[in-house]
Amino acid sequence: MTTIVRVKKKNREFLLKTEEMSGEYITVCEQCGICTTSCPMVDDMDISPANIIRLVQIGDESVLESTAIWLCASCYTCTVRCPRGIDLSAITEALRQQTLRKSIDYIDISSLDRKELEELPAIALVSALRKYTS
Amino acid sequence: MKKFPYYPGCTLKQAAKHFDISATASAEAVGIELVEIPRWNCCGAVSSLTADDLMHHVAPIRNLVRVQEMNQEGMVDNEYDLIVFCSMCFNVLKRSNSRVKEDPEMLKTINQFMDTEQDYEAKVNVVHFLETLKEIGWDRVKRGVKKPLNGLKVSAYYGCTLLRPRGIGIDDPEAPTIMDNFIEAMGAEPINNPFKSLCCGSYHTVGDNKELVADRTYKIVNAAREQGAEMIITSCPLCAYNLDNRQKETKEKYPDFKHMPVVYFTQIMALAMGMEDKAGLDGNYIDARPLLREHGFLEG
Amino acid sequence: MAEEEKNMITVYIMGKAHEVPAGLTIMKAMEYAGYQFIRGSGCRAGFCGACATVYRLAGEYKLRTALACQTAAEDGMFLTQLPFVPANRPEYHVDEIEPGPGTLAEYFPEITRCVSCNTCTKSCPQELDVMDYIQMSIRGDYESVSKLSFDCIQCGLCVARCPAEISHYHVAQLARRLYGKYFSPVPQHLLNRLEEIEAGKFDEAISELKGLGAEELEKRYVAREIEKIERGEVMDE
Repeated sequence: MTTIVRVKKKNREFLLKTEEMSGEYITVCEQCGICTTSCPMVDDMDISPANIIRLVQIGDESVLESTAIWLCASCYTCTVRCPRGIDLSAITEALRQQTLRKSIDYIDISSLDRKELEELPAIALVSALRKYTS
Repeated sequence: MKKFPYYPGCTLKQAAKHFDISATASAEAVGIELVEIPRWNCCGAVSSLTADDLMHHVAPIRNLVRVQEMNQEGMVDNEYDLIVFCSMCFNVLKRSNSRVKEDPEMLKTINQFMDTEQDYEAKVNVVHFLETLKEIGWDRVKRGVKKPLNGLKVSAYYGCTLLRPRGIGIDDPEAPTIMDNFIEAMGAEPINNPFKSLCCGSYHTVGDNKELVADRTYKIVNAAREQGAEMIITSCPLCAYNLDNRQKETKEKYPDFKHMPVVYFTQIMALAMGMEDKAGLDGNYIDARPLLREHGFLEG
Repeated sequence: MAEEEKNMITVYIMGKAHEVPAGLTIMKAMEYAGYQFIRGSGCRAGFCGACATVYRLAGEYKLRTALACQTAAEDGMFLTQLPFVPANRPEYHVDEIEPGPGTLAEYFPEITRCVSCNTCTKSCPQELDVMDYIQMSIRGDYESVSKLSFDCIQCGLCVARCPAEISHYHVAQLARRLYGKYFSPVPQHLLNRLEEIEAGKFDEAISELKGLGAEELEKRYVAREIEKIERGEVMDE
């Protein structure tokens, strides 16, 4: 099934905002798919890393609702392999930040298991709360 | 002994004290006295990746200011190489340092914000201990080994933050050798694991997605076993937690999973350097001592 | 004889200008201006933490903090009071806790959100190293948290300003309770004294005192033996 997407001027605002936040030139992605094959979390994602970039390119804000951007583990494998030198980790972070900066947390700290909180090493809590809370 | 500024990171003082103890011993074994930075603060564990965020770079930079202070106060002698053992801390500190070195405006703004601190002059170099060992020279390191771990088949688990991104990582992300060279220097046999730098799942260990960690651990540890490894070494307390402590969840999800000891690289170094009492071998979740005892490496 | 012309200054209370005499504390200046402290005032001696004040000086961007009862009112001060700062804390029973390296994070996971911005330290009217003790709490270093937070009066200024939304003084209080109960050295002389009391060593002396009239009691109080420190003796800290 083919979907025709009309990219309007207002869609460009989302692309430009994401480019500015991430500091990356997103338009140059040629959708080669290397990021997708490299991603360790791709099997659990609803859309692939290449899809994420594509949706940003056409200014489709529904990418902010995907679970994929939150499943990213910031492993930088995609960044290291992208033939265009695009830092996808930065772009995915910019997408997460667009939700977080509205004071919307991805995880609810009060729902975390107490015993886990006691046993988890500091590095786990610090990194998780940095990525998932505002 | 040469004194170097040392950044331990929160976890080495909390859940991974055995990493701190064995790290200090490992440094001592190669003639380095680690001088812990006074009043250091948490680096943040993950680097802030957006271009417009300066706030999250304050914490790493503040630590680098402390290194300047250490030099001014004579705690170290003209030494601006900051030694770090935790891969994630290393990555965060080095990335923030690189950002301000490349962007004088950013450095100026951060310095202005930290108005109770002296200005950071961007002279510090963040160095991972494995790089320090490489610079000393693997032959020289090997000559210091008192108890070569002959016959021990060890798989190096590099993880993500030690190797990536390029320019920050300490070795080639696609074909790293530094940790394998380390294993050889300790007298052990390095076993190549194709998943040596497959992400362990990182912070997914917190919250509802810890199953993802179990999946990675299953893959990584099994691959190591298939290649003939008996033990895995790592440099990151989060990888260690995921690959070691989370073997419990891995076994629950995959009943055919077989446990394997996962230890910090400094633990086998302390052992090989004849400092068994500083190897912290009681700190790991999967006990490595039965395996080491079998090989005859333990006196206790 | 006319009163000497008082040196008057202008302070702004919730944006409205008031002329008050120089030399008053912020609290007295506000009362001079006609405000009555129903909340936000307690000991008036810098100890209870009730009179948390946030202010700016005219022409400056810096946001400053103070205790109203301890700080002199200055010309051009734009004042606002924080009689109460919301700071939740979880329920806990110190007797039932087995303190480990992760206990403080268990009760206050938000401590791991600290970005080391140092705003808390800069806001503290007691000049405590607040950021440092929060950092120590992440490491589970009860002793350091206790020692660094000891003089905290729980005024809430750090809590109000923290971007990571930490309630610093609650974290510190739990740390001090756990340290005192489980880690700090037991004062043997105190235990010995408690035993003596329970054995009735002081019962007779106390009943005698209770039987004295107010005059005799006062005489004895004034004439009491005060332990003198000899020159050269060093007091333990």
